[in-house]
Amino acid sequence: MTSGLLDGPFGDAVLTEPAGVPRGRAMLERAEWAARAFARYDAATVDRILSAAAAAGAAHADEFARRAVEETGFGVAEHKRLKNLACSTGLLEAYAGHDFVSVRVDHEAKIVEIPRPAGVVLALTPSTNPVATVYFKILLALMTRNAVVVCPHPLARSVCADAARIMAEAAVAAGAPDGCVQWVDEPSVPLLNALMSDERTDVVVATGGVQVVRAAYRSGNPAIGVGPGNVPVLVDATADLAAAARRIVDSKSFDNSVLCTNESVLVVEEACADTLVTALRRAGAHLLTEDERDRVRDLLFPGGVFDTSCVGRDAVTLAGRAGVRVPAGTRVLLAPFDLVVPEEPLAREKLCPVLGLVRVPTVRSGIDTARAVLRISGAGHSAAVHSTDPATILAFGAAVRVLRVSVNTGASLGGSGLETNLAPTMTIGTGFFGRSSVGENLEPRHLVNHTRLAWNADPGVGMPDVAAATGSAWAPPTGPVPAYPHASNTAEAADVLRAAVAGAAAAPREPVTAESADLREEVRRMVVAELRRIVEG
Amino acid sequence: MTDSTGAAGAGEQVSAAAEQLGFSSKADVLAKSQEFWNPGKTRFWMGTGVDLVIDRREGYYLYDMSGRRLIDVHLNGGTYNLGHRNPEVVRAVTAAMGHFDIGNHHFPSMARTALAEALVRSAPPGLTKVVYGSGGGEAIDIALKTARHVTKKRKIVSIIKAYHGHTGLAVATGDERFSELFLADRPEEFPHVPFNDLAAMEEALRGRDVAAVIMETIPATYGFPLPEPGYLEAVKALCEQYDALYIADEVQTGLMRTGELWGITKHGIAPDILVTGKGISGGMYPIAAVLLSERCAGWLTEDGFGHISTFGGAELGCIAALKALEICSRPETRSMVHYISDAVGRGLRDIQDTYPDWFVGIRQNGVVMGLEFDHPQGATYVMRRLYEGGVWAIFSTLDPRVLQYKPGILLSADQCEELLMRTATAIGRARDDAARDGWRGGSPARRTTAVPAAAAVPPAASGVSADADGAFVTTRNGRRVPVRTTVPVRKAVTR
Ligand SMILES: Cc1ncc(COP(=O)(O)O)c(C=O)c1O
Repeated sequence: MTSGLLDGPFGDAVLTEPAGVPRGRAMLERAEWAARAFARYDAATVDRILSAAAAAGAAHADEFARRAVEETGFGVAEHKRLKNLACSTGLLEAYAGHDFVSVRVDHEAKIVEIPRPAGVVLALTPSTNPVATVYFKILLALMTRNAVVVCPHPLARSVCADAARIMAEAAVAAGAPDGCVQWVDEPSVPLLNALMSDERTDVVVATGGVQVVRAAYRSGNPAIGVGPGNVPVLVDATADLAAAARRIVDSKSFDNSVLCTNESVLVVEEACADTLVTALRRAGAHLLTEDERDRVRDLLFPGGVFDTSCVGRDAVTLAGRAGVRVPAGTRVLLAPFDLVVPEEPLAREKLCPVLGLVRVPTVRSGIDTARAVLRISGAGHSAAVHSTDPATILAFGAAVRVLRVSVNTGASLGGSGLETNLAPTMTIGTGFFGRSSVGENLEPRHLVNHTRLAWNADPGVGMPDVAAATGSAWAPPTGPVPAYPHASNTAEAADVLRAAVAGAAAAPREPVTAESADLREEVRRMVVAELRRIVEG
Repeated sequence: MTDSTGAAGAGEQVSAAAEQLGFSSKADVLAKSQEFWNPGKTRFWMGTGVDLVIDRREGYYLYDMSGRRLIDVHLNGGTYNLGHRNPEVVRAVTAAMGHFDIGNHHFPSMARTALAEALVRSAPPGLTKVVYGSGGGEAIDIALKTARHVTKKRKIVSIIKAYHGHTGLAVATGDERFSELFLADRPEEFPHVPFNDLAAMEEALRGRDVAAVIMETIPATYGFPLPEPGYLEAVKALCEQYDALYIADEVQTGLMRTGELWGITKHGIAPDILVTGKGISGGMYPIAAVLLSERCAGWLTEDGFGHISTFGGAELGCIAALKALEICSRPETRSMVHYISDAVGRGLRDIQDTYPDWFVGIRQNGVVMGLEFDHPQGATYVMRRLYEGGVWAIFSTLDPRVLQYKPGILLSADQCEELLMRTATAIGRARDDAARDGWRGGSPARRTTAVPAAAAVPPAASGVSADADGAFVTTRNGRRVPVRTTVPVRKAVTR
């Protein structure tokens, strides 16, 4: 038995709780109520809510793109706009026809699967792709009938709060439960830690730096955390070099390299290196001399540590800061170096349009070099290869320790599924290589479990036709959720009750099954209750 | 099942707190409680089968000295709105004790001023100044004194079976049971009118000699009969017409319990005076407050020493209240109250559908709830079975047909489910108990008159409050025309 001042239902260390934590816990508690209600919603209502939230997001795509650049100081507004669209209405299109709500029946296997949402999703979003990730995680949560609390990176907190707010308002206006989308206005590390470890959090979805992701895994709660990228891209002599150059420069300059899937080190087979470099320059890359390279290295990694003020700056700005003269319109700085080893800073992740360049004698050594890049960081994340030789492509894919390889396409939008048929995502699962629980691009199904009703496998034991009953598992809300607490003797309270009765009565008629019998019983009770009230009234 | 004598075996394990206070067992406490504290109350509860001596308390849980856990839906009328020992309030008060004490009530103070400002900003429009008391009763007295000062009239109109506390003036506004006992009834100055009866109210005000009407927004101790739609609004209009002030007693209906911070705002009423207490300081430090309109606040300028109270506005209480008010005012809290109100309301209606002849009414406004049973002592039956089943809810002292059911505003979804499950069982068992004692329900239609009290008094409650409340007429939720009677057995309680 515990006793004493510091014990309590809301946690220990009562006297030392950092500011903002109590309010944060209240958000989780409210989210839990919302999640419980949401988990009973039907597919059609969920669709309506999703469309409304996505449309609201798309309507603000441009405004929030510009505000994100203003607030964080990095990235390219136009590219952010594209990502915001891709992560709002684009996401909806990508998952059109998917349904994470309805009950599925497999008569062959004699198994029925009932989707069961996680509940309360704590969504950590980064400064690099702030609005797109907020949109993405909110829509994933809504698709799967989860409540979500968005905890944005402090650098982008204002625009992220507004992004969450407009989606929340649109969702609730379309019938979503109150509080199913919330956000933290004043994010801080102590607050984050408290929310991540709170027992009301059902799953942490962490996109951000290594520290935050490891903290998510340490929280004691289920977590989907994704590690950092450091993307090697291999170009062999069989590649369409002009196309490869164009794609690499486009990808590397997209949003000034803030997508974690952006190319970090270009590994090129010696035989085609000069041709590729010429093509790269034609596409907008500037090849740094050794002296220029050293100055850029010093700019990016003063004292060997990455200077985050370089994140998402454009190539011309960076060159200017490093005292390197480049032609106007330069989109990428190519930084040649010899050996991919940990003491070479340019071999690390660079969230800005500086691309390492390493020449290798053979494809074999190119693959080894790519493996070396990933030994430094980025394990489990992404890589790219430009080649027309299936053997090279397969050898590369089988050897590099990543879980997605963009083939003959830019890595930024390839790995994130916007230019490939991978799941479109703002959250890249780095799997076992990258110490993560998910090895795929984060998608809605990662936020939902299933209750499986499994019949006796013996062919002699029958399974009834349950398909018809599946519709009664979930129901649309009959009014705002929760209902406003009108005093029970008012006309408004009676209206709420009547709507509930009508809603239940309007549910589709099903053959008698356990579920539909339950429903009917409920309707009966509601009608009895309603009649009683009328009689008494 | 608990031992109705409350006796616990000698040599039982007691908590550190009990040990510190020198008690060897629960029986020891009960014996000394009768000897040194209040024999009437102590015996009353022992006789009712609620042999509770609260030991540990945490969140919405109370623990009897025996270690048994109870979900608290009495909350002392909302005092524990935020749960027992709410960690945020505990932290605020603990930290404040490093700096503050009660303070010197004569001087301006940071804590008192900060709370006053927070209260004014939270309040319905027109309330501009705050006066503090150390408890609800004192605050009510301040309100009544203020009304008399402002209007230069003496009469205060209240509702029959209203409850505004037991201090000098407040007690006169309430049931005679409590005022006559101390010769504090003053019917000429304190007329009582039936609830929901506008004609009676107008009759009382017509002489223009009334200083104020004092109204609980929902009369708590009377079992939360709900004001008829439009009733309070009409009373306010009558007050304006006959130049009386409207005093809103929000002691039990304030602080988000109705799903809005102040229950009176749901009626769109801007009262002249608003009184808050109980939950305002999270149950951690006593304090109460009176909010005055500019018109009423004149005496604070005229003679700022007009009301003196050493502990009124104690600074530690102000700190507790600032925190409690902040928690109550969060949008998250409001949303949760709406969810809780919805969930518990639905759950109760389901239970009602199972026992429609017994559980005959639900009065609900947010998490302010009164459950009506078809028996003059119905709530006593249910209270006992709830207690046995791990829930503490109290009957309505002034209408024991009705159980006060007051869930906390931070209750979790799981706790609500558990509470409802326990409640369903208890209500069913209480119905069986009543039937065993001769209650004959069974007609699905609501009775319109209560059964005579004599017919069925549960043994454990007999001699306690087999009052003659059977003599009032009930139409439906809240619309009841009480017939005032003396309560013959009340002396058994209080003597
Ligand atoms: C509505 C109401 N007003 C006033 C009071 C008096 O408060 P206190 O007991 O703090 O004096 C009470 C106490 O139960 C109450 O319920």
